[in-house]
Amino acid sequence: MTSRPIATGRTAAGLPSARLVVWWVVASEIFIFGGLLSSYVMHRIGHPEWAFQAAHTNTWAGAFNTLVLLTSSLFAVLGHKAADSGDGPRAARLLRLTALGGLTFLCVKAFEWSHEIREGFVLSTGGFWSFYYTAAGLHAAHVLVGMLILLVVAADAARNQELQRVECIGIYWHFVDIVWIFLFPLLYIAR
Amino acid sequence: MSTQSHIHHPNYVKIWAILVVLAVISVAGSFTGVRWLLLLMAFGIAVVKAYLVAKNFMHVTIERRFVPYLLIICLAFVAVLFAGVAPDVMKHRGLHWENQAAEQAVAAGSHAAAPAHE
Repeated sequence: MTSRPIATGRTAAGLPSARLVVWWVVASEIFIFGGLLSSYVMHRIGHPEWAFQAAHTNTWAGAFNTLVLLTSSLFAVLGHKAADSGDGPRAARLLRLTALGGLTFLCVKAFEWSHEIREGFVLSTGGFWSFYYTAAGLHAAHVLVGMLILLVVAADAARNQELQRVECIGIYWHFVDIVWIFLFPLLYIAR
Repeated sequence: MSTQSHIHHPNYVKIWAILVVLAVISVAGSFTGVRWLLLLMAFGIAVVKAYLVAKNFMHVTIERRFVPYLLIICLAFVAVLFAGVAPDVMKHRGLHWENQAAEQAVAAGSHAAAPAHE
């Protein structure tokens, strides 16, 4: 079994070009989510009545999803470790488990949202629900995109190809996990 | 042949276990009923969890030095955004201005929710 360390050519920045690109993506995502979440925080402080709306979110579903994402991050980093040791098939299995965690997360989200929409809480119900669906929806879109990339990287990794990509998708996935770490208390706990 | 690693891999399962315990504590804190304790536990623990993930899973601390600086600068700009805008959003009146729409929204929202919480 062989692997080809492609995209490990050093850039002027002194690290592999693929990893440099991922860090730039993460940096831009900080502005996207940072702007959205800081905007939510200042509005939430200015509107104490939103606490009554936040009380309708399902804390247990949010907590379960936190556990799911933390576990999927564990699989992602174990996949990185397997790729580092040259074990592509194991890395592929772990990446697929990571993607399965993402799918579980989205299923729980779908359950939550369908329940809330049936209760009459939609995007236009009020300021809180606007932020709730926008922030959680944007995050869920990142989970979905991450899952698709995970599966593509896993397909190559299973053949011991492009193993350096395992770390790159892992960095992105961990960032998505960090965003949820802050979304969870903001939307589900702070009432 | 393996990819050339720049990383010493720690015990990831142990770090995951710590993250799960912290998550359980933050959820438990939401049932204390003490608001300041709830917020302190929820957001304090979130910061610790984010640090653990960034350090141990993303390996930020052993990445080239400009990477953590880049991320910190991005966060600093977000803080500047917050500091610049927040006073006008969080407060609904100042020395020479008043946000009547926001005040009405707070009053209407509190009034509408009050019977359900009495």
